[in-house]
Amino acid sequence: MADGIEPQDKILLGMYGIDKSFLGVPVLQDVQLECRPGEIHAVMGENGAGKSTLMKILVGVYQPDAGRIELDGAPVRFHHPRQALAAGVSIVHQELNLLPERTVAENIFLGREPRRRVGVDRTAMERDASRLLAALHADDVISPRALVGRLPVAQQQLVEIAKALSFRPRVLVLDEPTAALSPHEVDALFDRIRRLRADGLTVLYISHRLKEIFDLTDRITVLKDGRRVDTVRTAEVDTRRLVHLMVGRDLDHYYPPRATPERIGEVRLSVRGAGAGMLHDIDLDLRSGEIVGLAGLAGSGRTELARLLFGATRMATGRLEVDGRARRLRSPRQAIRCGIGLLTEDRKSEGLVLQLSVRDNSLLAVRALGRGPTRRVGLGALLDRVDLRGSTAREVRYLSGGNQQKVVLARWLATGARVLIFDEPTRGIDVGAKASIHELMRELAEAGAAILMISSELPEVIGMADRIVVLRQGTVAGVLPADASEAEIMLLATGEPDRSGVGVGAVADGGAA
Amino acid sequence: MTTSTMSPSAPLRLAAPGTGSSSAPVWFVFGGVFAVAWLLVELNGGQFMTVDNLQNMAVRSVALGLVAVGQTIVLIGGSLDLSVAYMVSVTAVSASFVMQGDPDRMALGIAVTLALGVGVGLVNGLVITRLRINAFIATLGTSLVMSGILNALFTNFTGSVPREFQALGYNALGPVPVAVLLLLAVVALAWYTLRRTRFGYHLYAVGGSAEVARLSGVRTDRVVVTAHVLCSLTAVLTGLFLVSRLRSGAPWVGPDGGYDLESIAAAVVGGTALAGGRGTVAGTLAGVLILAVVDQVFNEFEVNAFLKTLIRGVIIVGAVALYALRNRRDEEVF
Repeated sequence: MADGIEPQDKILLGMYGIDKSFLGVPVLQDVQLECRPGEIHAVMGENGAGKSTLMKILVGVYQPDAGRIELDGAPVRFHHPRQALAAGVSIVHQELNLLPERTVAENIFLGREPRRRVGVDRTAMERDASRLLAALHADDVISPRALVGRLPVAQQQLVEIAKALSFRPRVLVLDEPTAALSPHEVDALFDRIRRLRADGLTVLYISHRLKEIFDLTDRITVLKDGRRVDTVRTAEVDTRRLVHLMVGRDLDHYYPPRATPERIGEVRLSVRGAGAGMLHDIDLDLRSGEIVGLAGLAGSGRTELARLLFGATRMATGRLEVDGRARRLRSPRQAIRCGIGLLTEDRKSEGLVLQLSVRDNSLLAVRALGRGPTRRVGLGALLDRVDLRGSTAREVRYLSGGNQQKVVLARWLATGARVLIFDEPTRGIDVGAKASIHELMRELAEAGAAILMISSELPEVIGMADRIVVLRQGTVAGVLPADASEAEIMLLATGEPDRSGVGVGAVADGGAA
Repeated sequence: MTTSTMSPSAPLRLAAPGTGSSSAPVWFVFGGVFAVAWLLVELNGGQFMTVDNLQNMAVRSVALGLVAVGQTIVLIGGSLDLSVAYMVSVTAVSASFVMQGDPDRMALGIAVTLALGVGVGLVNGLVITRLRINAFIATLGTSLVMSGILNALFTNFTGSVPREFQALGYNALGPVPVAVLLLLAVVALAWYTLRRTRFGYHLYAVGGSAEVARLSGVRTDRVVVTAHVLCSLTAVLTGLFLVSRLRSGAPWVGPDGGYDLESIAAAVVGGTALAGGRGTVAGTLAGVLILAVVDQVFNEFEVNAFLKTLIRGVIIVGAVALYALRNRRDEEVF
C-alpha cells in the first residue's frame, strides 16, 4: 500500500504556518501539510483537532488568518470554492451536497451544463457523466439518468466523487467518506480510490478510523488541538504509535468523584433486544445513582439510541421497562410521563425555544404535561438547583451555552425525571461551565437519577462514567468499567483486529466545526 | 415526484430522465375527474362531450392556466408570487386605457403591459433576493401597492380594446380557440425552458437546495429574479386575454378571479412542491383542467356557490394528500 512513494523533494501541495481562530478561539496554529504528487495522504486527529477546518481553508471555504498555500510551488489564495476547483483542488464533504430530486448527470454538471444552441445538451451531459462514473468503475451500477434521491447512500457518495472528478482535479480531498458505508462498500470505495491514485491523482483522506488509514494511505499527518503533531509514513508506524500521537494529552480538567458501589441502586430503565432503523439487539440497563457513558464513533447509533429511549423514534423490536414496568413509548410525551428526559445534542434547534424566556423554557415540559406526575417545584428552587442566576424573563438566546444547558436541565428536573439522557452535554461549552455541568450531573445521580451520557470526547466519558457502554454499527459492542482507557474504548468502537499487539483504536467523531 | 409505475423492484435503469417530476399521477387524477364528470352529466340527461362544452372548458382554463404556468416556475424555484392577481388587473386596465379602442394603438398597449410585467417581476425578484424579504411578504407588498395605485386612479371599466384585439378572446382556428393555442404555446415554451435550458436546471437546483446550487457556482439570485419576471409576464398574458374577452379592463378583474391563490392551488394540485425543487408545467396544466372540469359540472348542476367553494377545497386537499401518500409509500421502498 505505501510502496512506490520514495522520498522525493517534489511537493504538489503545501500548506505552511496556517493559523485560524474563530471568535478569538484558536482552532489551528502554525499547521503544516505537504502532499506529494500521486500519494494518498491521511489527515487524522481527534474530534476538534482541526481536520475539517484545515480542509475548508484548503478549498477556499474559510480564509486563513496567517500562513500560505502553495500548489506546484506557486502561492495560491482561494477566496471561494470555485477558485480552488479551477486550480485543481476538489473536495467531497462529509455531508452529501446533492439534489435528491435531480438526476445523477444533472447533479454532476450543476452550474456547468454543456450547451447546444439555447438548450442544455443532455446527450453530451449524460455521456460525460457515464465517462466519469466509468472512471470510478461505477457506470454499470449507476445510470446517469437515475434520480439521486433513489440511490443508496454509497452510490450517492460515488456521485459526489464523480462530481468532484468532473473538475479534473489534481488534488482530491475526501472528508470522512466512509461514515455511512458498510465494510463491503468501504472496500469497493478503496479500490476505486487506489485506481484514481494510479491515474496520478493526489488524495487527501480525512478519517479517524485507523484501519482505513492503514489500509489505504501512504503518509499520515496527525493533528491535535489545532497543531500538527507529526507527519509519518504509514508503513513506518503501528497502531500504538499513531494513537499516542493523536491522544497523548494532558488532563486539563478535573471530574467529580465517581459513585461508590453502595450508591448505585435499582434499575430504572432497561431495554432488551431493542432495535429500530440502524439499531439492533441492544441490551442496556440504567441504574439509579449511576452515570453510564455511551461511547462510539460518529454514525454508530448513539444519538439514535437516545431518541429511541426517549420515544422520539419508535422501537421496532425488543422490550423496554421503566422502574420494572413494561412500557411502550410511542412519543416523547409518553417518555416524559414515564420520567425520562432528553438533553439533545443540538440545543438551539431541538432543546430550546430561543425566543422564549428562561421561565417559559424551564416550565415547557411540565406545563405540556398538565397535571401529570409532577412534583410541584418552585421555579426559583429549580433554578437554584441547576445553579442558574439572573432574571427568569431573559430570552434564552442571550444566554451562554452552559447556561442554556442548565435551562434544559431545569426543564427535566421540573417534570421530576428520574432517567436523564445527556447527548453531548458539554459540546460548545466553555471550560468553567463544563465543570459545573459535570458537577450537576453527579449531584443528580447522587440524588437517585439514572443518567446516560453520550459523548464524543473520550476524556469526558472516562472522567464521568461509572460504566462505559460502547456502540458499534448500531449495537452494543461491549461494556467497560469506569477506569477503562481510551485505547480500550476505541478498540471496541472500531472493532478492529489489533495490529501491534496492544489493543488500540481510533478516536471518536469527525468535525466539530 | 414518482412515476405511476414505480415498484420496489423497478431497476434504476428504468428511471427515465426527469422521472423525479413526472406529471403522470396528475393526469391520472384528471382522467378520473373527467370520467366522473362525464358520467354525472350524462346521467343527469345532459351532454358532456360536445364541441361547445369542451371549448367552453378549454377557454375557461386559459385565464388561470397562463398565470398558473408562471406560478409553477416561481414555486419550483422555492419562491411564490401573490401579486399575480393585481398584475392581471393592472394589465387589463392599462391595456384598455392605452388602446382606447384604436387598432393602431394595439402594439403600444401590449408593449406597455409587457414592460409593466417585467418591471413588477424585477421588483418582486429584487426585493426577495437583495433585501432578503420572504417572498410571501414581498409579493403581498407589491400586490397591495398595485391595488392602491389602481384603485386610486380607476374606479370602473376604463377605455376599451379594439375589435381586432378581441380575436384573442373569441376567434378560433377550426374547432380550437386561439386562446387555447396561446396557452398551449406558453406551456410548451415553459416546458422547454424548464427541461432543456440551463435556467431550468438551475431553477430546480435553487428550489431544491439554494446552498447546493450556490456551492456549485449557480448565481442563485439571478435565477430567482428571472423566475419572478417570467411569472409576472404570464400574469400579463392572463390580463390581456381577460381584457380581450371583456372589451375593457377594471381594477377588480384580477382579484375577483382569485388568480393568486387559485394559481398556487392549480400548481400544487399539479404536483408542484410548495417547498420548491419539484414540479412540472404539464402537471399544472392538468391541475388547471381538473378545476375547470369541476367548475363545468357545478354549472351544469347549478350548484350553490358556497357548496362549490367547499367542494373545490376538498378536491385540492384530497389531490395533494393523494400525492403525499404515494410519496410516503415510495420512501418506504428504500
